[in-house]
Formats: sequence, structure tokens, C-alpha cells
Amino acid sequence: MQRLAYLKETPSQTAGPYVHIGLAPGAAGFDMYDQELGWDIAGPNAKGERIRVEGRVIDGTGSPVKDVLLEAWQANSEGRYAHPEGGGAVEDGFRGWGRVITDFATGEWGFDTIKPGLIPARVPLGAVRPAAEEEEVDAFSRGHQGLRAMAPHINLWIVARGINVGLNTRMYFSDEQEANATDPVINLIEWENRRKTLIAERTERDGSVVYRFDIRIQGEDETVFFDI
Amino acid sequence: MTTPAEYYQRNRDRHPPAYTPAYKTSVARSPRYSLISLQQSVSEITGPVFGHNDLGALDHDLIRNYAKDDDPIGERIIVHGRVLDENARAVPNTLVEIWQANSGGRYRHKKDTYLAPIDPNFGGCGRTITDEQGYYFFRTVKPGAYPWRNMVNNWRPAHIHFSIFGASFSQRLITQLYFEGDPLIPLCPIVQTIPDADAIDALTARLDMNATIPLDTIAYRFDIVLRGRRSTLFENRLEGN
Repeated sequence: MQRLAYLKETPSQTAGPYVHIGLAPGAAGFDMYDQELGWDIAGPNAKGERIRVEGRVIDGTGSPVKDVLLEAWQANSEGRYAHPEGGGAVEDGFRGWGRVITDFATGEWGFDTIKPGLIPARVPLGAVRPAAEEEEVDAFSRGHQGLRAMAPHINLWIVARGINVGLNTRMYFSDEQEANATDPVINLIEWENRRKTLIAERTERDGSVVYRFDIRIQGEDETVFFDI
Repeated sequence: MTTPAEYYQRNRDRHPPAYTPAYKTSVARSPRYSLISLQQSVSEITGPVFGHNDLGALDHDLIRNYAKDDDPIGERIIVHGRVLDENARAVPNTLVEIWQANSGGRYRHKKDTYLAPIDPNFGGCGRTITDEQGYYFFRTVKPGAYPWRNMVNNWRPAHIHFSIFGASFSQRLITQLYFEGDPLIPLCPIVQTIPDADAIDALTARLDMNATIPLDTIAYRFDIVLRGRRSTLFENRLEGN
């Protein structure tokens, strides 16, 4: 008899209330490592616009989730990820990955980085069908393929006590209306009124660019989460 | 650029659902809408890369990495195993991080107020990078069980939290290791969020007498499986098969 010899993925368990001990011990209240990982996402040499991203994670009762930990994964300003398959070389010191924790009293979080660039979209396995000029872009009916680029975005992964499997979402930018309008992932969201949950609002504060991105795990305007 | 080879779809039946009322905190922290399934792009098949320069020499040794004037109190254990993917291939050079309570069941965290004492010589976290064969090991003390507020008399089985990266953001995983034979495993609402008994068994580390260091340290084996990746069959190039 034929047998498939695949292994099965190890199941997830919640990160729990003390995730900071392992992943951000400084926040847990003690110095552990010479170097905690994920505090500098872009590094000093990254090109592009310096930005700050701030927000809260809000639960189904409307309360901030104060013990959440987020990880950010992003491309550089040229749309390249710091990875062997990421599209090419990136600036020295650019990792594109960060770890973000909240203020335990308020649930507010924030991180500094650079704004990523356009990112190559999936290419279909067959020939790319050129879009007719008047065609309305609709990745839902086109099978999420055949577009040229994804709008700038930051991939986010959210873990906390009470979250059994880490939640994946994406943060897009409010000042990228044109790119967002043709982004294949935004367009995959059938409910157009939910798409706005992925758009961070650009503001300025003391001459710096700050994007606001609140994530609602449940309830009104529940954020779109992805199975990636 | 060609479309990158994707990782196998995550088998959600093997994972806990988001909404698990017996684990009360999940009720308000679980999305009500379905996840939207993405075919993977470069954003999902890439992920952060770490190297030995990121780590300190004692990061994997929880008996020594926070010791002030003595070893921590507790049963000395080795936890070791391999990180594999669903194709049974090693996942090399990937970051594995752990955290845990001390042998009395107390975390070194300003939010933990359990009456068991802090151990001055125990921090409770460690990290390492797998070798070319996907192998990793830690040395630590066995954590204690502890009570938690869910129902009024719930106790967590002894456990070690694991965080694993893999080669892509889609393989990212946080889970918990349990110890073979612990009678609290079937009673724990967090363990029992997992609907599949075989999957719970996969989180249960086995006593490994062959890896035990006689007269010194007892060993437990814990292999971890991350999502596998399809090869690029049926694309223009037959590579990677």
C-alpha cells in the first residue's frame, strides 16, 4: 500500500501572559541578553522615508489588549525583503523585522521604521493576461494573480494570552490610494467596507510622520486577518 | 521574478480554533469572521534571518545565563530535538527561543504575583539557532506547575514556551512543550483547546534516557515540525525536486 510520509505541523499554543520574558525580557523587568532582538527594524543605513507607526490592539469588549506582542515584517523602500528570496540586496543593517510590545498601563504600542516600497505580486503560473485599459481590477474574480505589484505594506503577526494561533494581518498606508486601489490582497477582500481596517492613517506630529493603526480583534470593524 | 514556491496550507484542524470558551480569555480575543486565505507572495515566503552574531555564548543555558552566585534550584534537564518541516527535512539555522517558570512555578515577570518565590539565579528564558541538521538543545531546570485564573482551581501543567521562526513568516510558530506523564495535561483548558489528541501528543516531550548525562542531568526530547514547502513542479523549470 502507498503511504504519504509527510509529517504534521506542530500545533500552536497561546503565547500566554508572560511572552515578554522570552521575547522581550527587558519589558518583563530584567536584563537578560546583551542584545534583545527586533528593536531596530530598518537600521541606520536604510533609504526611504522615516516613519513611526502607533496603535492599539482592541478586544471584543472594546478594551485595549495590554499584554499583546506584535512582530512586523517588511520590505525596504525598494520593495526588497532581507531574505535570500527577497528580491535582491538590501541596505547594510536592514533586517525588516521588529518586535513591538505595549505600554502595560495603556496598551499603546509604536515602532520606528522606514516606509516600504511597492512589492512584486504573485505571478501566475501561465502567461500573464494583459489587463484591458478599461478593465476594472478585481483580484477576487481574477484569482489573486496577474497584477504587477502589491501596494506598500507591513506584515504583522499578533500573539497574546487568549490568542490560540498567532493572527496575521497587513498594514497599508492611507497616502497610497492609487496603489491600494489595485493591490491584489486588498482586492481579495470581498467586503469592500472591511478593507479600510487595513489602512493606517497618516498624520504628522512635531514634523515627523506618524501612522495610526488600531487593530480590532473582534467586534465592530473587526480587522481583516489572513490565513497565510 | 517567478512566483515563489508556496508552503503547504496550514491544517487548521490540528491547531486550536480561535474561540475556545473553556479557555476564557480567548472569548473576547478571537476574531468572529473567517480568516481570508492568501496564496503566498514574496511577503509570506520570506522571513527574518538570524545568525550567531545575534546571540550570546550562554543564551541556550538557562542554568548559567542568569546565575548570580549559584545554580538555580530545581531538577536539571536538557531539552533537545530537531526542527523539521512537513517534508521531514531539517530546518537549519533557525532561531528557537524559550521561556518558562522556575522550578516553583513562578515567572520572573513583573506581572506574575504567584506566592512561589523568584529564584535569584534563574531568569527563565533562552535562545539558540539550529545547526545544519536542524538540531537544537537547551539546558535548564524543569519548571513547576502553577495556578492561574480561569476557573478557580485551574493549574497549568509544567511547560516551556517555544517560539520558532523557520525560513518564512508563514512558518512562524509559538507553542508549548509539556512533559510526558504529567497528570495535569488532560485537565488543562489551554492544552485542551487543541481538538486532536494526536496533536496534543506532539507537544508532549519524551523522557530520553539515551541523552541523559549520568549523575548530572536528565533529558527530554522535543522535535518540532514547521510547515513544509512545495517544490516547483509544473512550473517552467523543474527545480528543487
